Order: sequence, then structure tokens, then C-alpha cells
Amino acid sequence: MRPQETYNDQIVRLFLLAAAVWGIVGMAIGVYAAAEMAWPWFNLGLPWLTFSRIRPDHTFGVIFAFGGSALMGTCYYVVQRTGHTRLAFTALANFTFWGWQLGCVLAMATMPFGITQSKEYAEPEWFIDVAVAVVWVCFGVVFFGTIARRRIRHIYVANWYYGAFIIAVGLLHIVNNIALPVSLTKSYPVYSGAVDAMVQWWYGHNAVAFFLTAGFLGMMYYFVPRQAQQPLWSYRFSIVNFWALISVYMWAGPHHLLYTALPDWVQSVGMAFSLILLMPSWGSAANGLLTFNGSWHLLKTDPAAKFMVLSLVFYAAATFEGSMMAIKTVNSLSHYTEWTIAHVHSGALGWVAMITIGSLYAMAPRALGQPAMHSRPAMELHFWLHTIGVLLYVLSMWTAGVTQGLMWRATGPDGSLTYPFIDSLIAIKGLYAVRWFAGVLILCGMIVMAWNLWHTAAAARARLIKPIPVPIPEPEPHQVPMPLPAYT
Amino acid sequence: MARGYKYFEAIEKNAVLLGVLTLVMVSLGGLSEITPLFVEAHSVSPPPGVKPYDALRLAGKDVYVREGCYLCHSQMIRALRAETQRYGNASSAAESVYDRPFQWGSKRTGPDLARVGGKYSDEWQRLHLLDPRAFVAESNMPAYPWLAQAGLDGDDIAARMRTLRKLGDPYTDADIEGAAKAVADKTELDALVAYLQGLGVANEPLPAKGPTQ
Repeated sequence: MRPQETYNDQIVRLFLLAAAVWGIVGMAIGVYAAAEMAWPWFNLGLPWLTFSRIRPDHTFGVIFAFGGSALMGTCYYVVQRTGHTRLAFTALANFTFWGWQLGCVLAMATMPFGITQSKEYAEPEWFIDVAVAVVWVCFGVVFFGTIARRRIRHIYVANWYYGAFIIAVGLLHIVNNIALPVSLTKSYPVYSGAVDAMVQWWYGHNAVAFFLTAGFLGMMYYFVPRQAQQPLWSYRFSIVNFWALISVYMWAGPHHLLYTALPDWVQSVGMAFSLILLMPSWGSAANGLLTFNGSWHLLKTDPAAKFMVLSLVFYAAATFEGSMMAIKTVNSLSHYTEWTIAHVHSGALGWVAMITIGSLYAMAPRALGQPAMHSRPAMELHFWLHTIGVLLYVLSMWTAGVTQGLMWRATGPDGSLTYPFIDSLIAIKGLYAVRWFAGVLILCGMIVMAWNLWHTAAAARARLIKPIPVPIPEPEPHQVPMPLPAYT
Repeated sequence: MARGYKYFEAIEKNAVLLGVLTLVMVSLGGLSEITPLFVEAHSVSPPPGVKPYDALRLAGKDVYVREGCYLCHSQMIRALRAETQRYGNASSAAESVYDRPFQWGSKRTGPDLARVGGKYSDEWQRLHLLDPRAFVAESNMPAYPWLAQAGLDGDDIAARMRTLRKLGDPYTDADIEGAAKAVADKTELDALVAYLQGLGVANEPLPAKGPTQ
């Protein structure tokens, strides 16, 4: 008799730990940067602590270090459960963990010292880009290798999103970062001017699309039905939304460049596709929310479900806002202002962080061999700290953004501009302080989560966890295409 | 099960098919939007008057890029009345053909800088970079005092110009050989001020000669 196959949850636990640590690091840097916006002396005269140097550390830290670790960890968890198989290539999977962490540490340690390409959301220099690309390819090999040895023929929808996320992010990362090095620490992109702008926002927008949306939708499509204890509301609908989302998103990048020197036809195409994008976005959000039909009572008892439901509400709200902001008339007011910052954070803190936190709370006890998280009141506390923090953040930056936009365009009866630029900064300075406070609340919530995870992991730390055996399904020649996420 | 579902089912049970179709679907947008711009950029030569950055301004641009100035300052005046009134003529694509990476920016915590060149004196720019709040008490711009202490490496600048020439920027041998001399005894602050003072001035395309003039 063959030895029993078990799930590889060790790698999941490592990524879970990394996500908790990077979440705190990335958000702490964000809070510090927010303080510098309100009180510029906060950089203490140190070059590497100055706003313009640490802002890339904040964005990289939360998107790629925190989000990336959470995505890779949940991806490895989900692909095993939905395929009823152990993760392929154990050593390579371990390499993706250590490689990814090394890439993140290298990036975060070099950028504040001026070693940067200065392409937004793709700041790390060429040698880090090469390392990240290698790790990414290995991640794809482990993922698709596991798909190849699955025991359930039908590939569950969560895996399509994870697969699209891996394929598209690899493509975006490589195309956007093609550069010619001058030395180890300096390179020039092969693109310049308007072409570079188009490539950069094709990348930037689709980093949002495939890193911050497709990947996290993969998370949603597994953990929401799992937590709601219901099958997906409509499997057919998820198919339609998948193909629409991945094909339409890639066209929408030019909405970051409306009224600029980019050729007008590209701007119009980008705007049109941004409006179409609302449909698959709302489709996915609706599919997730309606899956809770019949399980709404969980909102009273289960903080993980609360995080998930609110994340889907924020997803619907942020994608609606995004489509509206892509309309030229709205964009003429909102672009370059804090409104953009509000929009990004309602997506990043509302949708991405909340679905991640909800999924981590759902996955952690199972991966750590516990019946539940260590403390439910701590989860409740985290929920309220996070929710109040996000609302305060978004409301303050909306107000600031609209104020800026209106003041910049205000003219007197004689047609002259009403306000000098500095007046628009003075008007919103108080709101910068509010935003900083909102960030502190959110960061405190993350620390509460880390504390809770630490205690939930007591058995794991004592190496008392027994690996979970893979349930081997009976061979079925004609599978109906509606497999439930596997219970463990 | 609806008619036609079997085709979807085939995709959903075949990882290779699913992966290939995903790759095709995600490639269409970029191919359609980037390729025409790329082809156009390589078939059109920059208009007269637009030249690559000289050694000192190139050094200054790279300081601007390294410090992350683009995170708070745009260099893209949109074709909107309130913008042209505040900052000057709308920016054209020709003005940034030598910007690697482009510096159009995405946020204005501070004002647009596309045409800041010549608006203030060199001395104002210098002192403002060292201590912004000495001029504008309410400003939240960081001070950059370390730029005044950092010298420039002529060989490094020459190496940068050689790399840019490989990418197609028309630097001559004389430009590259003269780089060390041009930046000798200069600080990063001098270079950044030279770069800022050239914005909207040095890369302006020459006015077109139209029949109506």
C-alpha cells in the first residue's frame, strides 16, 4: 500500500506568517509617509526617511510583499484542496517562498537609498526585477504542475483566476521592466516619453487588475463559498465574468492618461473599456454576495464572514467609482488630486485587505490545526478598527480631492484663477492629519491580527501539527461542473 | 445543460487550453494599444528644437528621478483651460521623447513642473530645494539639503550617455567625451537646478512655419 498523501500546509503557514509581518511593515511605512504629508519635519532630515523615498516602499510593501505573500499562500492552499492533490515540487515551492521574501527584502532595502527605476509600482532596479521574474516563473511551474496532477478533472473557478493572475502578472512584469543597465544600480527603460507612459499605465492599471483583482477574486471564489457554507450562487455567471474581466481589463490603462499628450484615440478606447469593465466587476461582486443568501445570519457570529461581505461591498463601490473616474469629464476634476488616493485605498484597504483578512481568518485555523482562531473578540476588534479606519481614510481623502480639484479650476468673474496653488494645500492640511489617524487605526487592527495568529499558531510552533491527508475521490467519468470547494 | 456548454466544459477541464486562451485574451488589449504607439515612435523623428539632455541636465534629471519628485509633481499640462492658465501651454508628446522613464506623474501634491524653467531664479530654486519652508511657510515639501553635498561623477554620466545612445538617443562622441568636464566641480543640487530651469524651455519644439503667418 502506498503511503498516504498529505497536503503541504507547511508552505501555506510560511506565507501566512510572511503576510502578517509584511502587512504590518507595509502599513506602518504608509502611516509614517502619511505623517510626513501632514508634518513634513517627520523625515528628521534623513534622505532615506523622506516621503519621496519611502512612498515606493509603502506601495511595494503592501501590494507585493503583503498581497503577494497572501496570494501565493492561499493559492497553494486552494489549488491543493480543489484538486484533491498534494502540491507539486515541494523543493521548488520552498524556493518560491524564500525567493519571494528575498526579492521583497532587497526591493524594500534598496529603494529608500535611491536605487530605483522610478516607474510607479515597478520601482525596484533591474537586478531585482530579474530575480522576481525567476521566482514568478517557478511559482507558475508549481501552480500548473499541481493543476496537472489534480484528481478532480474539472478545474474549479478559483484556479482560473489564480492562473490568469500568474500568467498576466508575468507578462506585465517582463514587458514593463525591459531596460538597459548602466551599472548594477542604474538602468534606463527601452521606452521613452509617451510610449513609456502607455506601457507604464498598461502595467500599472493591470497590476491592479491581475495582482489586486484577479488574484484576490481567486481567493474570494474559494473562501466565500467555504465560509458561507453554500455553493457559489451561479457557476455559469462566474465563467462569463472571468472571460469578460480578463479581456476587458487589459484595455483600460489609458484612463490614467486622459487629456494628456497621449494620442486621443487611445484615450477614448481606454475610457470606453473602463465603462464596460463595470459589468464583469459588479458581476463578480454580486456572485460573491449572493452566495451568502441563506447564510446572512453568519454576519452576527462570524467576523471572517463580515470581512468577506464588506470586502465585496467595497469591491462593488470601488469599481463603480473607478469606471466613473475614467469618464473624461469626471477625470478632469479628479486626476492629480487626493480623490485618486481615496479611490485606490477604498479598493486596496476595502476590497483587497478585507478579503485577505477574511480569508486568512478562514484559512489559518485549518492550516494551523485548530478548531478556530485563538480569540473571537480580537477578530471583532480588528473588524471595527479596520472598517472605521477605511471609512475615515476614504471620506477624508474624497473631501480633500474634490476640494483640490475645485480650487484648481476656480476662476473669478474676470476669468483669472481664484486661488494660488498653495491655498489648495492649506485647505486640506487638516484632512492629511485625519488620514494619518485613520491609518493608525488600520495598522492597530493588523497588529491585533498578528497577535491573534501568533496564539492560534501555538501548536504549529511546538511542531505538534499532524499533516492533513488528501481525500482521494472515487473516479467519476462524467463530472458535473459544479464541484464544491473541498472540506478538510 | 444548455447547448454549447460542452465547449466551455472542454476548456474548464483542460489546463493547457485554459492557460493558452487566458494568455490570448490578456494580450489583445496591450497589443492593440501599445503596438501602434511603438511603431509611430520609431518612424517619426523628434521635431526640430528637441534635443537630448546635455550632461549636466541629464545628471539633474536622474537626481529628480532618484529622489522620487514625480510622486508629488506632474510634468504634464493637460489640455484644459484652468491648467493652461496656471501652468502654460499644454504639454506635447514631443517634449518628453528623451525622458526615460517618462515624468508625466500621476499626483499633484505640489504644482506641475512641465514649464517651471525660468519662472524663478537659479538662486531661488537652490535655496527652495534646501529649505522649502523658508519661502513658502505652509509648504509640505521635504527639504533636500544632502544634494548640496553630493558631487557628480563625470565617468558615470558618460557611461549613462553611452547607454542612452545604445537606446537610440543621438549623443555624439563629443557630447560623451565632454561630459566629465561639463559636470566637474558641480554638485547634484547644481545639476537638479539646471534640469528644472530647462523644463519647458530647452525641449520646446520650434514653432511650426504655417502659411497663415
